[in-house]
Parts: sequence; structure tokens; C-alpha cells
Amino acid sequence: MHGMINRAIQCFMRDTYGGTTWQAVAESADLGFDNFEAMLSYPDQLTIDVLGRAARQLHKPVETFLEDLGTYLVSHPNVEAIRRLLRFGGENFTEFLFSLNDLEGRAKLALPDLEMPTLRVEDNGDGTFRLSCLSSMPGFGYAMVGVMRAMADDYGALVFLEHQGWMDSGEEIITINLLEAAYAEGRTFELSERIGGEL
Amino acid sequence: MKFDPEALIAFMPMSLMYDDAGEIRYVAPTLAKLREPDTLIGAQIADVFSVRDNGRGGGEGPIPLGTKLYLNFLTGISTPLKGMAAAIPGTGLNLLNLSFGISIVDAVADYRLTSGDFAHTDLAIEMLYLVEAKSAVLEETKQLNARLQGAKVAAEEQAYTDTLTGLKNRRAMDHVMERMLRSSVPFAIMHLDLDYFKSVNDTLGHAAGDTVLQRVAKILLEETRGDDMVARVGGDEFILIFNKFMEHDGLMRTAERIITRLEEPIPYQDELCRISGSVGVTTTEFYETPNADVMIHDADLALYSSKYEGRAQATMFDPKVHKGHVSDHVNDPVEHRVRG
Repeated sequence: MHGMINRAIQCFMRDTYGGTTWQAVAESADLGFDNFEAMLSYPDQLTIDVLGRAARQLHKPVETFLEDLGTYLVSHPNVEAIRRLLRFGGENFTEFLFSLNDLEGRAKLALPDLEMPTLRVEDNGDGTFRLSCLSSMPGFGYAMVGVMRAMADDYGALVFLEHQGWMDSGEEIITINLLEAAYAEGRTFELSERIGGEL
Repeated sequence: MKFDPEALIAFMPMSLMYDDAGEIRYVAPTLAKLREPDTLIGAQIADVFSVRDNGRGGGEGPIPLGTKLYLNFLTGISTPLKGMAAAIPGTGLNLLNLSFGISIVDAVADYRLTSGDFAHTDLAIEMLYLVEAKSAVLEETKQLNARLQGAKVAAEEQAYTDTLTGLKNRRAMDHVMERMLRSSVPFAIMHLDLDYFKSVNDTLGHAAGDTVLQRVAKILLEETRGDDMVARVGGDEFILIFNKFMEHDGLMRTAERIITRLEEPIPYQDELCRISGSVGVTTTEFYETPNADVMIHDADLALYSSKYEGRAQATMFDPKVHKGHVSDHVNDPVEHRVRG
């Protein structure tokens, strides 16, 4: 698994539950080091181990842990870059939803070796959308639920999200019910990071 | 069919139209964010932009047609733009379409542009996305490089080699000895302390001292076998580990041969440096459960005997003599010498 993903798990633990909680997970997973490097690669099994141990450490189901991780990635100031990159997807939540179809390609522009999940968004035509998510990391769909929830807040949209489970083909399906696109103010977004920083 | 300039211009949010006389007639919405449309419409295009075409354009009008143009605003933020102009046949109008090119990053900040300001076909948003993603990745890479650099320095500090002589250092010796003891390999250790080295250093300087130490290292390597180990453990102190070499007479002969060779004068510039060495030896055979600290200590005791007996000689550790002997020499000045 790309270091970026492992690093995200570590930063989430550290920023949300404190350095000692992360240390405990790193030790119980027998990593042999304290910090994941975002620019190195690690065996997939290591990531799965860390996830399992982190969830156990926090007495949460892995699914809940992943969902919280997704929310963190969009909403925590320490990882603002991710939120900004996602906001490039569009000017409103609907545009953003459709931009997920391009997310894999966009991520590859920056990090050609990042194994992004394949995301497909379809409009069901009744105000709901269907997001399918195919990833080498099982349960990634739960992280996407957290991401989508936080992005809806970011755009000021009111949504209802539901993880529908796994297809036989290994894809996870999420239903997005867009109740109101402009429910709240949302957070501002400037294309220029320079202006964004000054606000 | 009536020509509707507004419809055409909607495709190109960074465009404008000017008539054959050079007067600006229409301004598209994004360009209108760069300059107040009121100040543009009716103005002469040559008063708004400086235009460069590298001499390849055509047409009679104020702007060369059908070629790549480089434009700058003449007033305010200059914002370099790329563009191309073409005549719209039968209308007396010309279309000038513009793009930011490489100035895109500054332009979105200067004019607070949003993604809706760009044509759907424009790659500007992808470009901005890429700039930000690359910056984030580069920052991570920089941090990784800084951490690796720190780790490299730390690793060098912890390295196993004595940089002056190329011999192993104390850390390496400790490591090797522990490993041999763990796997119960029998061995002998020889503790060598140079004699008169301090006077070489004092009279001829440290450079002479360094030359001597390098010469000593060479001799020690020549007098040991491939699976033995020679470590410099102090300024003028060396420990030699002889792998599976336990025979006392043989060890003493080796020690004496080393001392003889150390006594050969070492040339340094126009001078000759004269040193010798005192040696103490012990082997794992003396102990029921050999221990590194005890062995080094006992080799030390034997070494002190060599010093006490007049230097330039080797002594084999003898539990009967040295364990009783040590207390007799507590006040011996040799015992209290400062060790390097």
C-alpha cells in the first residue's frame, strides 16, 4: 500500500486520539518504526494489520474507524491539502459527485504509483446517486462514506448516505441521497491557495 | 441568418470582439473580471494591450491575425496572456480569444477566479490541480529527504569503522565479541597499548601521531588472519580478537612479533618515530562462562603487568598471579595512567 494511505491512518490516529495511542498501535502491530513515510511503499498486509489493531485499540468496528478516517481527511486542518484537491472537483456538491469519476486519473497525475480505488458515480434520476467503489483495500467504501459526509458539509449540502455492502464483484456500493444541495453556507474555496491562506 | 456575437463569445469566456477600426465591442465574462468592461468597451485595443506576434501574423488591422500572440495589459497588473485573433467574415468584426498560459497560478489569485470562470474545455482547472498536488507531494518528498539525511548522519555516527585507521571501532568489537560468546566460539583477545606514542604526538605533532597509528593498523592487519578482528578502542589502544586461536605459546609469539615490528622506526617527513607496545592476552579457556567485560578486564590486568615489567613486552593472563596481584599494584602509577 502506498505510504500516503498508511501515513493518513497514522496522522488520523495522532491528531484525533493523541501520539501515545498511535504509539500503542505501532507497537502492537510490531511495525519496528514510529512513522510511516508518505513517499515509501509498504506491504498491503501491514496496512490491514494496522487498521485492525487501531480499531481494536479504540474499541470500534473497523467500518466505523474507516468512516471516521474519511471524515478526518476532509475536515482536519492538518490535511487541508486533501480537502482542497477534492474541492477542485466542482463548484457544487453535484459537480463534485461527478468529478469522482475522474479522481483516479487526477490522483495519478500527481502520484503515478498511488493505487486509487476505482470510483463510479451514477445519477439514479430520483435525487439519489449510486457510488461504486473498487479498491485493493477492503472497506475503503466506509472511508468514502466519511469523505462524502464531510464534503457535503464543506459544500453546505444536506445528504443521507448509506453503505449498501459488497457486490459479488468486490465493489462496495454507497447510496447518496441529496436532500438539499444548498442547505447551509458551506466553507469557502478559492482556486488560489494564496488567497485561501490569507482568509 | 443573423450573427449573434454573444452566442459565440459564451464559448470563450476569455475572448473579446473588436471592429476593423480596432474598437472593442464585446467582452466575455471572465475577461470582464480582469478589467471593468466599461473601461474596455469602446476603447482602442492597442490602448489596452501590448501585442507581440514575432512578425508572423497577417491582416491589416491593429492585431496580427491567424498566429500565436503574446499580450500584456498596458495598465494595472500586466498578466501575460496568450491569444489568437481571427476575422469573422461579413461582419466587420474580429475575434480575439485569450488564455492565461503559464500565468494561470498568479491570475486565479490576482482576479479571484473560480472554476466557473473557465470554459469546460479549458485545462486550467486540471493545471491548477496539478500544481497544488505536485507542491504537496514535493513537500512530503522534501521532508522525507530531510529525515533520511538525519538518519544518514546518525548512522555514520554509529558506524563500526574507525575513520583514521580503517580498523573496526569499540562498538564493532563489542558486537563481534558478544556474538562469538553467544555462539560459544573459543577465542583469544589481545589488548595492545602503544608505548611512547604520547611523546611522538607531543614532539612531532598530531599529524605524526596519525601516521604512526595508520602504520600500526597496517602491521596489526598483516599479523592477523582474515577471520580475526582488529579494533582501535582508544587513542593508542587496540584490541585484537583471535578466532579459535587458543594456544598460549603461539599467541605469545604473535604478540612478540607484533611488538618487534612496532619497534621498527616509522618515517614521518624527515624524522623517525619510535614506539613500542605492551600487550596483555587472555582466552576464553580461562572461564567457565566467558564474559566480554571480564575478559577485557583480565587482558587489561595482564597488560598492566607488561607495563610494570618495563613495557615492550607481552603477558599472558594468569588467574593465580593477576587476581591476587592487582591489589598489590593499586598505587602503581601505571595503573592510574590516563587512558585514551
